[in-house]
Amino acid sequence: MADNDIILLRGVHLTLESAAGAVNILRGVDLSIAPGEAVSVVGPSGSGKSTMLAVIAGLEQSTSGVVSVAGQDLTALDEDELALFRRSNVGIVFQSFHLVPTMTALENVAVPLELAGRDDAFEVAADELAAVGLDHRTTHYPSQLSGGEQQRVALARAVAAGPKILLADEPTGNLDGETGQAIVDLLFKQHDRRGTTLVLITHDTDLAARCDRIVTIGDGRVTSGGEPLAANRLAAGE
Amino acid sequence: MTAAPKPAAALRTAWAFARRELRGGLKGFRIFLACLTLGVTAIAGVGSLSSAIVEGMRDNGRAILGGDVALRLTHRPASDEELAWLTGEASVSRSMEMRSMASAASDNNRGLVELKAVDGGYPHYGAITLESGEDLDAVLGWRDGRWGAVAEAQLLRRLGLEIGDGVKVGDLIYDLRGVIAQEPDRAAGGMVLGPRLMVSIDSMADTGLVQIGSLIRYHYRLKLPAGTDVTHWTDRLRDALPNAGWRIRDHTNGAPSLQQFVERMTLFLTLVGLSALLVGGVGVGNAVRGYLDGKTSTIATLKCLGAPGAFVFQVYLIQILMLALGGIVIGLALGAGIPMAAVAVFSDLLPVPATIGVYWQPLALATLYGILTALAFALWPLARAREVPAAGLFRQIVAPTQSWPRPGYVVATVAAVALLAGVAVLTAEEKKFAAWFVLGAAGCFALLRFAAAGIMAAARRAGRPRQASLRLAIANLHRPGAPTGSVVLSLGLGLTLLVAVASIEGNMAQQVNERLPEEAPAFFFVDIQNAQLPEFLEAANAVPGVSSVRHVPSLRGRITAIAGVPSNQIDAPPEARWVLRGDRGLTYAAEPPEDNEIVAGEWWPPDYAGPPLISFEAETAGELGIEIGDTITVNVLGRDITGTVANLRLVDWSTLGINFVLVFDPHTLAAAPHTHIATAEADGPAEEALFDTITTRFANVTAVRMKEALEIVNELLANIGAAVRATASVTLLAGVLVLGGAMAAGHSHRVYDAVVLKVLGATRRNVLTAYLAEYTLLGVVTAAIAAVAGTVAAWAVLTQVMNADWIFLPGTVALTVVLSVAVTVGLGLAGTWRALSQKAMPVLRTE
Repeated sequence: MADNDIILLRGVHLTLESAAGAVNILRGVDLSIAPGEAVSVVGPSGSGKSTMLAVIAGLEQSTSGVVSVAGQDLTALDEDELALFRRSNVGIVFQSFHLVPTMTALENVAVPLELAGRDDAFEVAADELAAVGLDHRTTHYPSQLSGGEQQRVALARAVAAGPKILLADEPTGNLDGETGQAIVDLLFKQHDRRGTTLVLITHDTDLAARCDRIVTIGDGRVTSGGEPLAANRLAAGE
Repeated sequence: MTAAPKPAAALRTAWAFARRELRGGLKGFRIFLACLTLGVTAIAGVGSLSSAIVEGMRDNGRAILGGDVALRLTHRPASDEELAWLTGEASVSRSMEMRSMASAASDNNRGLVELKAVDGGYPHYGAITLESGEDLDAVLGWRDGRWGAVAEAQLLRRLGLEIGDGVKVGDLIYDLRGVIAQEPDRAAGGMVLGPRLMVSIDSMADTGLVQIGSLIRYHYRLKLPAGTDVTHWTDRLRDALPNAGWRIRDHTNGAPSLQQFVERMTLFLTLVGLSALLVGGVGVGNAVRGYLDGKTSTIATLKCLGAPGAFVFQVYLIQILMLALGGIVIGLALGAGIPMAAVAVFSDLLPVPATIGVYWQPLALATLYGILTALAFALWPLARAREVPAAGLFRQIVAPTQSWPRPGYVVATVAAVALLAGVAVLTAEEKKFAAWFVLGAAGCFALLRFAAAGIMAAARRAGRPRQASLRLAIANLHRPGAPTGSVVLSLGLGLTLLVAVASIEGNMAQQVNERLPEEAPAFFFVDIQNAQLPEFLEAANAVPGVSSVRHVPSLRGRITAIAGVPSNQIDAPPEARWVLRGDRGLTYAAEPPEDNEIVAGEWWPPDYAGPPLISFEAETAGELGIEIGDTITVNVLGRDITGTVANLRLVDWSTLGINFVLVFDPHTLAAAPHTHIATAEADGPAEEALFDTITTRFANVTAVRMKEALEIVNELLANIGAAVRATASVTLLAGVLVLGGAMAAGHSHRVYDAVVLKVLGATRRNVLTAYLAEYTLLGVVTAAIAAVAGTVAAWAVLTQVMNADWIFLPGTVALTVVLSVAVTVGLGLAGTWRALSQKAMPVLRTE
């Protein structure tokens, strides 16, 4: 572990209440990720991968443990501070795209920039759409776009505000092989171009292998790959 | 971390997001818009119509009054000194008004008329028009050995008269020369018991009706020099002739009773309109909840992208407010148009010509009500929407949170409800009534909410009946998203109001049509001279079948001061103003009046001969703050008499017997010129015989037939009832809309249920039976609650507000139950029918 890890989880527990009683989803997660690393997270369904990602994004508050992301202790932030934290530091790509159906592709990409109060939101959004090859689809609504196009819009939206961390939850899960491959290429292109830290949940072993490191989760704990490789630490300038 | 944008910038962004969100169209908001539009239309319409009538009264104030200022004296004409002062100041038109009997000269056909004797100056303003188009003055004059008269068409019909026939009034036969088409100052008069007969004031002396103590009103309508300030002028009049005891009215408020009636009706109908809006509010809340349920994924996405909860709240609040404003604007446009429609359709029923225009006050009030209702019902679901957990996006399911909103939003919701109630009470002239209404509505709302929760809880615990249809019906009552709450609340509120209105109206009608005729005397006889009394009593009692002939001395007088405070400076509550407004009947008595109960003080000894003592009616005394020992100054025949209140009496006005607010000791008034009034009971043929006997033998005595008076009251009640029912039915319509919306919201669920059941082998009849059982159950329970709540509300209004007796009307309640079940079952099955005819596969494929 190093002080400048961009993501640091130590002994993170998360228990959710349900009608059937308390469910322990995370049972002591330890994870360090260095800035600029590309990390894939693998594990069986229900092992806690997505919940861990939600904790990193500040969308779920851990029940106990240390959660430090981009230098901030997320356990000390309230809901609005977490929203501001996400806006500045985190971009998220979902399996189901989650575009706002009433907004055009351009408007969807502009959302985080507008939330940040940037005057150049639409110019930047147009550039990002061009970067994913959708400069001709700016005025289309999600329902007028194919699945691959929607995921490209979602990717452009995730990186538009220049986040330090890009979280992707099975980004190719709803796409056919070829389209999925194109999205993955774009994802890594963004990671390489901007030096963004990438955390990627996937069931695809080939895709996982493209990352610097594979973190395996089982039964709410990190079972392997929890610490950065020495090479990555070196690359991060440690 | 970047800093958050400034609030103004964040609001601009929220505005942009809200506009984009609304691109999705108005799907799901049709009921929302209809509910708000309906309620706002009702309130804006009632207010606009009322403003148009009040403005019409103001615009036509001079014509309604017949002058710039009108003075009225009872029993006596103005003295020479008073008249001299008046004619020195203004152009004076004199007239006399009284109730009298008129008969066809050729036979014994008699009827009560509102007699008005006018001079050549009448009217100062406006114009009296005769159907023939002739000039009134010329028609009424002495010609061919007779005075002329004109009458309303109703009198010609009633007495079988034609133009040119003789019509006898008192001792004089007039030549009927014309039919009145329009009388400009008719609205300023009081209750009308008969058709108008108009004659020349110069002819009155020959009728024999002008006797000492006769109940004659002497009117002096004044036309002041142009530019005179009427308020200043009337002050000067009061200073110059302080003891005249006349009622002074000016053109700015020519018909205060009518204005008060219009204002009371407005208050009542506005509150009924507000109930429609409240019922619609349930629909507003449902629509907002349904809309936001469909937006959970978007809300979660926005949160993932860094939108704080408050921003999410702003985005959707802006949308709801934009839509609400849309509904309100449509409502305002429709409501503002109601006066025009009302004038076109009901011009005969309107007391004065309405001044059509756009009146901003009622529209502003309706807007305020609309916005507050939208907020009161939308803030809660909006506040819950901001709590949508964004992390759900990672699990592919985003469920709306079931938790309570944050305290700030709960406070805001409570504040919106409190403001709504506050506006309803504070804008009402009669605040106590409005406050009771608000409390009643809140109680009803709580009761129905509680009942809905109870039904769902009971359904949950009902176990599993063997019959599948019944099991499904019960399950449908309590499943998540069941329309039970909405149905019970919206239909229940509408029905409660309808039961209350129908019960009140039914009770009033019953009183007027059945109870009063039983208890009330058959006749009132007015203006029996002192000297005539023994002969009158003998004649009346001699008619077979006539009983209970009662008589009391009668005078009229105006209360000019209470405890030394002049009447025009007393801030009386609205319900007691009538006592101070005009002249009141007075009597004197040695013994307490029959059926009156002395509740404070002591009655005077029969031979009392000291300073003036007064017995005052207890309830009015309470309202005016009058206590034993207070002094009351009454102007009788131009003389101020100050008496001390010796006792207070409880009076049951509902029997329509002879009763007075003020009773003097005999010593004070017995010597004053006065007449007597009498009542008599008579059955069947005796009624006609008594009428003929008295009106033939005593030409100056006026017989008021109670049956006819009650018919007039009945007609008035029927018109009021129609207006109230029309407005109340808007509430029911709002309820039906909400119900329809709730049913539609559950439609996809029903389609799925029906399809699955059919796949599993259920026949359409099985499915239909289940739905029928569900809707019937809901309808019956809702109707039962509404019947009880509405009946209690009607009982409270009748016994506590109107001091009337209460009669339970099972027919009204039964009708409510039938209506409720018909509406729920009808609407429910209408929606379900489509679900039943749905083909299975397309539904299963999309699930």
